[in-house]
Amino acid sequence: MPVKSNNATAANKFARLGYNTIVKRNSIFLTTIFVTAFAAEMAFDSVSDRIWDNINKGRQWKDIAHKYEDN
Amino acid sequence: MFRLSAQSTRKAVQRLAVQARYQSTSSAAAASSMNAKNVSLAAAGVATVGAVAYMSMETVDANMAADGLHAPVYPWDHKKNLATFDHAAIRRGYQVYKEVCAACHSLDRIAWRNLIGVSHTEAEVKAMAEEHEYKDGPNDIGDYFDRPGKPSDYMPRPYANEEQARAGNAGAYPPDLSLMIKARHGGADYVFSLLTGYQDPPAGVEIREGLNFNPYFPGGAIGMARVLYDGLIEYEDGTPATTSQMAKDVTIFLSWAAEPEMDERKKMGMKALTLLALLTGLSVYLKRHKWAGLKTRKILYNPPTPKKH
Repeated sequence: MPVKSNNATAANKFARLGYNTIVKRNSIFLTTIFVTAFAAEMAFDSVSDRIWDNINKGRQWKDIAHKYEDN
Repeated sequence: MFRLSAQSTRKAVQRLAVQARYQSTSSAAAASSMNAKNVSLAAAGVATVGAVAYMSMETVDANMAADGLHAPVYPWDHKKNLATFDHAAIRRGYQVYKEVCAACHSLDRIAWRNLIGVSHTEAEVKAMAEEHEYKDGPNDIGDYFDRPGKPSDYMPRPYANEEQARAGNAGAYPPDLSLMIKARHGGADYVFSLLTGYQDPPAGVEIREGLNFNPYFPGGAIGMARVLYDGLIEYEDGTPATTSQMAKDVTIFLSWAAEPEMDERKKMGMKALTLLALLTGLSVYLKRHKWAGLKTRKILYNPPTPKKH
């Protein structure tokens, strides 16, 4: 019995595009995962470190080191 | 008999509900809730709660002095969940330790290099280490020799061994301070209260010769005399050196010495909790997305029509 298909919706078009470019070939899929993980970790770490340094302004060694670095 | 349908029909659902209602009220009379089993279980529950409440009552007993006065909770900055140590305080605390405490107390687990990047620069640490002599050897002709300190050496000990320490302190052994904050109940609060808590013993309390009264010390009689007085040292950064300031700084220094990883640990904790919260939210959403069809399904029951004989 023929079923109504949803191939024309915008969401479906992007999903198809995503699948074809990234998921279809496993080698591309794996590469994308590793590259995204690397980039996401770098971004997350730099944002967290900035937040951490803001919360602890003036309390860490890096904030008082300038007073004692003679050379 | 059963008709699974994505669109529920109100009549079918109502029929089912009516049948369910009749089913529950037509069952045999339920057992009374006051039977012996329920009563005994309830009594056991009340007895347990009562026993726990009784045991957790803080009563006064004759041995309270033996436990030491409970130190008040101070608002240390580094106790907050996302707060590092105040490294300027660590530096001042190290100065207090070196000038006041190191005469009697060792700090065995801290090496000179541990201070680098925490409270002092590498050049400063090298200079401080070189001021002390360390025994090394044997050299290539078998002799032991003295050499100036290196950052890899550990903090020097005031006494060679426990016997010498006891002999120099009227039989009392000044304990190593590297883990003192973690080793005593009350931690930083206890150490700060102890250092600032010296006072005359109350009427009727006799402290023998050689011991000193301190209400926070278990038993009340401590071997160490009061060592912190206003203006005892001159801080490098010009902070006024009152008793409580020195006690606060040295307590923070000892807190760092006991837990040097705290800054890193809390930062890692913040990152881990953020990520896990994010991923938990994602998992919940994904699970509910996949289960949506099942969770919203309707089951319609058409009872078989009774046969007419």
